[in-house]
Amino acid sequence: MADKTPIIQMKNIQKHFGSVIALAGVSVDIFPGECHCLLGDNGAGKSTFIKTMSGVHKPTSGEIMFEGTPMNFADPRDAMTAGIATVHQHLAMIPLMSVSRNFFMGNEPIKKFGPINMFDHEYANRVTMEEMKKMGINLRGPDQAVGTLSGGERQTVAISRAVHFGAKVLILDEPTSALGVRQTSNVLATIDKVRKQGVGVVFITHNVRHAMAVGDRYTVLNRGKTLGTAERGGITPEELQDLMAGGQELASLEGSLGGTV
Amino acid sequence: MTETAQSTEKDERVKEISGFRQALIRPELGGICGTIIVFVLFAIFAGNSGMFNAQGIMNWGTVSAQFMIIAVGACLLMIAGEFDLSVGSMIGFAGMMTAIFGVTLGWPMWIAILITFVICMAIGAINGVIVIRTGLPSFIVTLAFLFILRGFTIFIPQQLQNRTIIGGISEAAEGDWLAPVFGGKIMGWFFEMLANWGWIDTFTRGTREGQPVVDGLPMLIVWAIILIIAGHFLLTKTQFGNWIFASGGDAEAARNSGVPVNRVKILMFVATAFCATIFAMCQVFEFGSAAADRGLLKEFEAIIAVVIGGALLTGGYGSVLGAALGALIFGVVQQGLFFAGVESSLFRVFLGVILLLAVILNTYIRRMITGER
Ligand SMILES: Nc1ncnc2c1ncn2[C@@H]1O[C@H](COP(=O)(O)OP(=O)(O)OP(=O)(O)O)[C@@H](O)[C@H]1O
Ligand SMILES: [Mg+2]
Repeated sequence: MADKTPIIQMKNIQKHFGSVIALAGVSVDIFPGECHCLLGDNGAGKSTFIKTMSGVHKPTSGEIMFEGTPMNFADPRDAMTAGIATVHQHLAMIPLMSVSRNFFMGNEPIKKFGPINMFDHEYANRVTMEEMKKMGINLRGPDQAVGTLSGGERQTVAISRAVHFGAKVLILDEPTSALGVRQTSNVLATIDKVRKQGVGVVFITHNVRHAMAVGDRYTVLNRGKTLGTAERGGITPEELQDLMAGGQELASLEGSLGGTV
Repeated sequence: MTETAQSTEKDERVKEISGFRQALIRPELGGICGTIIVFVLFAIFAGNSGMFNAQGIMNWGTVSAQFMIIAVGACLLMIAGEFDLSVGSMIGFAGMMTAIFGVTLGWPMWIAILITFVICMAIGAINGVIVIRTGLPSFIVTLAFLFILRGFTIFIPQQLQNRTIIGGISEAAEGDWLAPVFGGKIMGWFFEMLANWGWIDTFTRGTREGQPVVDGLPMLIVWAIILIIAGHFLLTKTQFGNWIFASGGDAEAARNSGVPVNRVKILMFVATAFCATIFAMCQVFEFGSAAADRGLLKEFEAIIAVVIGGALLTGGYGSVLGAALGALIFGVVQQGLFFAGVESSLFRVFLGVILLLAVILNTYIRRMITGER
């Protein structure tokens, strides 16, 4: 992996929200074809970090390099055009809109009608149904409103949307938090598949087993700082779990819970 | 973790949705029902009053078209998640500007018209930019413009001419190429043909003896039809339409998905101003004058038409066709009460009642769509 150049280099990223320091200098590289797991406690800054990567937030300081050149995404649209697709923790789905309108939101398939950009509903409906089927979800129809889907189904729409559009980088912020067993293994298999196609995957999870299953490298965040990056095989699940909980406390917790965490 | 039950073929967990329920989940439903009810009622109570002959139809058709023009703008804006309360003031302001440029200053009418459009659309854009930049509710920002524009509409002619009504517009527009696009009538031949066939009445006396009582389709109605078709097409068939729905449905989610939300919202404010200006131009060239009190309360009438047409006040859902039906209901009832000889103040009572019913129906429909309980 060392011979490749990273797709994205995040250098010493800081992000402040008013007086809150959400990120206090985090550096991470994402290589093509790797699954980079981002781990850490609640409020550690994982979502904030990937949002700076996907153009939602501008970093307060620090540098972002995309394919070797400094990038300055003005908004998520630029990042998307560059081939970075994201499943946000809050999914970015609109309940009142149909599944296929949501699927292609911001990325509408265009059919030209003179100078007018028409929304190609036929194509959108077909692709949406296909992609959802691949993920193991049978929709009633592409015009079903997202509001009527279950939490997991919604998450699956968001994931298949990102997979469909993530040509170079796929960012998944806790994509499996609401998923059933079968859909979860589907998602993990999909991560593995797109990684083999050379896509760089950033995978945020609180589940160590999921991280161990697909991760190539692991970066742990704690209170806005990185605790370091470990290679696959260079760390045991137990060590990882300790790091994710911020180090110390889990050891004592584990005693009282009988090693079930 | 729970396993969500699945099947690979037809989903056995989906009850066939009854056709009735399916039909119910349409934004236009309220508008369609309302239209039918209103027409049936007036056919019964005002059927013989001349409401449904050529002149009568032209009468409520014109009034409805007025409502439709501003409802289209208000509808697109509301779906994009914002309001514009300055529409009524904008109508008065636009008419007054054209009169001042074209009559007081004596500029060619087409220049007066074009400059008025530019000014009004720029004000629409300012409305939008302030809403986006400050994050204030559009309700408040446009309420401010309701007063600002109305104030100028009274102040400017008073300063220049010492009065608040400027006439002489028809004379000033004589021979102008652009003015008839708003004040003219088309398809006179068609109505003559209808008259020849005896389908519509002709004047039996006076200077216009033998001519049909309706001598053409007012451009006002043509504009209404154009705007409805264009608005409906934009909303349902284009990429931009998807952005309108997304911006109003959840601006944050839309933004994170790459929808240029700010641009969409600002453009919809501009579109609303455009519709208001069209309305004003048609009115000015029909009346031949501009008055400072024109357009009073139009913003609310537009919003009510849109809500009757099934749009949600919270944005993200609605239909231009529905809004057009809402406007039609409006026009038919307002003029129909007159034909039926009912006290016209009851129109307001009707407005309030139907608004309430529409909002209740819409809330119910929204719950069905989003699966809320
Ligand atoms: N828009 C914001 N304004 C102010 N503070 C924010 C904002 N977004 C995040 N924060 C703060 O930044 C910190 C990191 O939040 P973040 O959402 O990145 O955590 P996370 O690691 O994703 O947590 P979780 O595992 O719960 O999703 C939190 O303390 C949060 O309160
Ligand atoms: Mg998070």
